[in-house]
Amino acid sequence: MSAWRRLLKDKLAVAGLFVIAIVVGAAVLAPWLAPYSPYDQLFDGLTLEGSPLPPNGKFWLGTDLLGRDLFSRLLYGARTSLTVGVAANGVAVLIGAALGTLAGYLKGFGRDVIMRFTDLMMAFPALLLAIALAAIFAPSLWIIAIVIALVNWAQLCRVIYAETLALSERDYIEAARALGAGMRRILWRHLIPHLIPTILVYATLGIATTVMFEAMLSFLGVGVRPPTPSWGNIIFESQSYFLSAPWLVFFPGMAIVVLALSFNLVGDALRDALDPTQRGRQ
Amino acid sequence: MMRYLAKRLTAAGIILVGISVITFCLIFLVPADPISMIAGRNATAETRAQIRHQLGLDRPLPVQYGDYVVRLAQGDLGRSYAQKTQVSELIRARLPATLLLMAAGIVAELVIGLPAGIYAATRRGEAVDRGVMMLSFIGISAPQFIVGLLLLYLFAYMVGWFPLSGYGGISHLVLPAITLGIAGGGTYSRLMRSQMLDVLRQDYIRTARAKGLPERTVLLTHALRNAVLPVIAQVGYDMGFLITNAVIVESVFGWPGIGQLMWQQGIQRLDYPIIMGVTITAALFIVLGSLIADLIVPLIDPRIRLR
Repeated sequence: MSAWRRLLKDKLAVAGLFVIAIVVGAAVLAPWLAPYSPYDQLFDGLTLEGSPLPPNGKFWLGTDLLGRDLFSRLLYGARTSLTVGVAANGVAVLIGAALGTLAGYLKGFGRDVIMRFTDLMMAFPALLLAIALAAIFAPSLWIIAIVIALVNWAQLCRVIYAETLALSERDYIEAARALGAGMRRILWRHLIPHLIPTILVYATLGIATTVMFEAMLSFLGVGVRPPTPSWGNIIFESQSYFLSAPWLVFFPGMAIVVLALSFNLVGDALRDALDPTQRGRQ
Repeated sequence: MMRYLAKRLTAAGIILVGISVITFCLIFLVPADPISMIAGRNATAETRAQIRHQLGLDRPLPVQYGDYVVRLAQGDLGRSYAQKTQVSELIRARLPATLLLMAAGIVAELVIGLPAGIYAATRRGEAVDRGVMMLSFIGISAPQFIVGLLLLYLFAYMVGWFPLSGYGGISHLVLPAITLGIAGGGTYSRLMRSQMLDVLRQDYIRTARAKGLPERTVLLTHALRNAVLPVIAQVGYDMGFLITNAVIVESVFGWPGIGQLMWQQGIQRLDYPIIMGVTITAALFIVLGSLIADLIVPLIDPRIRLR
């Protein structure tokens, strides 16, 4: 629990946690918080000439090109962006941690195959590969999440591999082996518990990456498809119009930056809080 | 050194083969049927079979893969569905613009990142340090298209200092380069700071200070020289970020490079050979970048053991 207390001492991390809590709350409570339906093209949502409305008393953040309420779309967009980001990162962490632990423990041929494959994934331009995959497969939220996961696990795999390798050379692992512990017992009882802090840090930092990935894919038009709102595709839809309606880019843009920043701040503070070399220094 | 070189080259070769296998598999996953794309929807079964034969799609997969690799090695990336021109020609025509943008991006990220990192390291723990680190976090957390659109709105539309989009003189290059520089600068300032702090802890720095050298000399000639080289070598390893960010920035600023090619003609028209071609080109850059960095790193720091 001392790690948790150390985390709460970091003001930036607390601010990050606060923002994340607000966004999660907004996403969960979207149906109750949203003043309008995110899909309704409101009769009074456009000017007489058919232009979107800037932020005003009725539409707090303005309306979009089709006269839909931007605030409501942002609330529902938080659902999409968080769901895709968290799911994608969950899958990426699972793949990366599993392969990394296995490679570090197996050594020999199995290790070579896994690590060569990881090198290969690192050499691929992740976003371009994701664009290619997303353009190939039929777009649905879950497929986008999996595509993002497929191009984002390699870095964690390398980190976990290096750490497993270092751990497995420690004497206590040797001792466990000498006592007759099998591979499964060593993995689950002696290796994986020590890897949890690292996995936790990367699981937090990774969400910043996957949220940004979803935004970039959606911005390029190969991510979440309209009319389902996501923070990235709101910008995609209004990009050609943004000089006359900058609020359509500004608000979703800020939402993405603030959320990614919060996850980065919390992840970074978590790394300091969990780092064993920091322990006892205070 | 020769053994190290051979090892690195082999590793790069293996990765290139892996890339060719993955892109080859991706082409088979593509739902669009190239035959319909070429012959049109109402073609007879006979014409379809003829085109299938012409394209070589009736041969066994390993043969097709062998053929694909031979063509890749010759720089042949296939034909665009929509334009009937060679993808390699399209990419070659656009590559100079992307290279220019990437070069400008590298300059911008180093110009932003290095001084910020050095300054933060000398003021460790102070408000300035925390401020710089916070800014670098914002730079890392902001997707390029948002930064780009924001800069575009402020400095091209509101103030009118720079053109809105397109390709031309230096004025067209400034905003895209700064956009790339903000993201990269965030990464490099953090890296520069931690390298600098590592070096400042060394004994020879204490010796230099004990000799009574001015702090400025200690920092700029003794510490910086050792701290900055690994950071610059990192540019080679970051080629992947750079080229991906360049692709995004190009689509925001209408910069006529391979990113815009991919976005306008590849993604929007589902022209898969173009998407694959740009992906392969980018992968090649990444492999080359890390190969060059691998070769430069031991030259910079003889203490690194060659394995």
